Amino acid sequence: MTLGGIDIIALTAMLMTASTPVLLAATGELVAEKSGVLNLGVEGMMIMGAVGGFAVAVATGNPVLGFAAGALAGAALALLFAILTQVFLSNQVGTGLALTLFGLGLSALIGKSYEGIRPPATTKLDFGPLSELPVLGRVLFSHDWMVYLSLGLVAATWYVLNKTRVGLVLRAVGENHDAAHALGYRVIAVRIAALAFGGALAGLGGAYLSLVRVPQWTEGMTAGAGWIALAIVVFASWRAERVLIGAYLFGGITALQLQLQAAEYSIPVHLLSMAPYVITIVVLVILSAVHRHGVQAAPAALGKSFHASS
Amino acid sequence: MKRRSFLITTAATAMIASAGLPAFAEEPLKVGFIYVGPVGDMGWSYQHDQGRQAIEAEYGDKVQTTFMESVPEGPDAERALTQLALEGNNLIFATSFGYMDAVMNVAAKFPDVKFEHATGYKTADNVAVYDAKFFQGRAIQGTIAGRMTKSNKIGYIASFPIPEVIQGINSAYLHAKKVNPDVEMKVVWAYTWFDPAKEADAAAALIAEGVDVVMQHTDSTAPQAKAQEAGNVITFGQASDMGAFAPMPRVTSTIDNWAPYYVQRVGAMLDGSWASGATWGGIDTGMVEIGEISDAVPAEVKAEALALKDAIAAGTYHPFTGPLNKQDGSAWLAEGVTAEDGELAGMNFYVEGITAELPQ
Repeated sequence: MTLGGIDIIALTAMLMTASTPVLLAATGELVAEKSGVLNLGVEGMMIMGAVGGFAVAVATGNPVLGFAAGALAGAALALLFAILTQVFLSNQVGTGLALTLFGLGLSALIGKSYEGIRPPATTKLDFGPLSELPVLGRVLFSHDWMVYLSLGLVAATWYVLNKTRVGLVLRAVGENHDAAHALGYRVIAVRIAALAFGGALAGLGGAYLSLVRVPQWTEGMTAGAGWIALAIVVFASWRAERVLIGAYLFGGITALQLQLQAAEYSIPVHLLSMAPYVITIVVLVILSAVHRHGVQAAPAALGKSFHASS
Repeated sequence: MKRRSFLITTAATAMIASAGLPAFAEEPLKVGFIYVGPVGDMGWSYQHDQGRQAIEAEYGDKVQTTFMESVPEGPDAERALTQLALEGNNLIFATSFGYMDAVMNVAAKFPDVKFEHATGYKTADNVAVYDAKFFQGRAIQGTIAGRMTKSNKIGYIASFPIPEVIQGINSAYLHAKKVNPDVEMKVVWAYTWFDPAKEADAAAALIAEGVDVVMQHTDSTAPQAKAQEAGNVITFGQASDMGAFAPMPRVTSTIDNWAPYYVQRVGAMLDGSWASGATWGGIDTGMVEIGEISDAVPAEVKAEALALKDAIAAGTYHPFTGPLNKQDGSAWLAEGVTAEDGELAGMNFYVEGITAELPQ
């Protein structure tokens, strides 16, 4: 099916693939920030996930194990960050930046022998007759399982943060760690868990990049995706559903602008290539302005170190 | 050692190092590089780093090289270049077009340091420029593409609308058109030199538009991987051989071989004969190499491509030979006239027949 020279089905498929890495990383970072920790090492965790996932998928021939390894690699790096910032109380901004540099360097070292190799294919889910449906079948039921998993993770994150006791505790820790501590919640433990979850999702996003979206390992291949994820969390004013909107808008317009170029639309290319950034920011700013949550939406204890004696 | 004399000695050493006096030959010549992508991109920056390694292999202890990778074009490049100059590098290679103004600014501040800028056009007493005639390789790619395409649609992932890239698009289109008049060229501007995810998306967008040849003027192998996934799409190795993707999708490649130039320029520094200038090497000087043409290419097409390569190397054929018109139909080159190097170095228009609009 084509609309104005653009193949809608191909576009949707590209949109989903293009958005998934950033969506996963941003969802993970959302949880970490909701617990009051600013981890600027998303880029580093993503690329560790990309190389770890790729290495294991190639070694075992099994992409599922690859994704698991990617999540573990991301979580491992996040735990390093957690130890430094939560136990040794190092500065979160500095440590996060260092984590990105560390991840980029270490992944380049690990990945040296994986350049130019093709990873095993990640299977598309088989929905049987559903995927035969005209248009809808191709748009909704023809993706690889990671796309559905990422959507499920966003929904689960939204549910846990907003509807469960665990989410309430996590948010309490992020809003006012002294009060949470006085109530008997283990602030450090909650934050370490949130960081590990964030790292695992960033790692999954990285693995999706190297196993599905590109698919290959190249040094420095995240090329700033981690920073986009961080920005999306802010513009989404720390809400899971808006992270989804932000990530899909960004990925969708990135895919669309390339397709418009390929279809030779006479829109200035400069406008097209800045569109993903501009439109995502504008839409998310409008969303948060409408709800009057803008700046106040940040968790109150974001970026502050906690020590029980203080 | 007294502190003051230590300081004086250090300062003296630094001055001698930056002046590079032959009398103190035991001090190694320090050579710095900045790359726009990571060394492991397996394309452009990788190839420059091969050149750096060739310098080390050739001169051993007489030189000491350092590099900074993934340096963004723009203000940060100025910081990186300044740092390299302050660290006492005597010769600094800046290996991307977008470093041009940063090189000029830093070179003005460090008149004793020599700079070499790849693919640029601004020179000074201590700034030389060098470039390779990539468009010669594109002529060969275009010929193969025109012969092999079944959909008659060729896709081109372009980076930035600068002369070096526009020459390539024009040359590829002209030579594809020559052997296949029905051919169409679709260009997607990625506005990046290195972003594997975006390059892969651009390749996917082109393939969705029905192209079965993907050319790239970006640095990673992501488009190759995407084409391999699609199956019946051919590609060309860019900057580096990208031989891991042969025989399909990569059917041949244009290899930038900077090593001989780098070795020669460092040699000139060592014997004191370095002078500013502009070097534009091609297939004839070995700066542009054509990678092995794989078995996926029919024998007669391969023979045609090799004959073209030999004609370009011998100087009997120029990829931009008239009669040629610009995209708007106005005359560019008259019958039999070939394009001047200076004119090509400033190329800012498409040739007649390309339907896309060139971003200005």
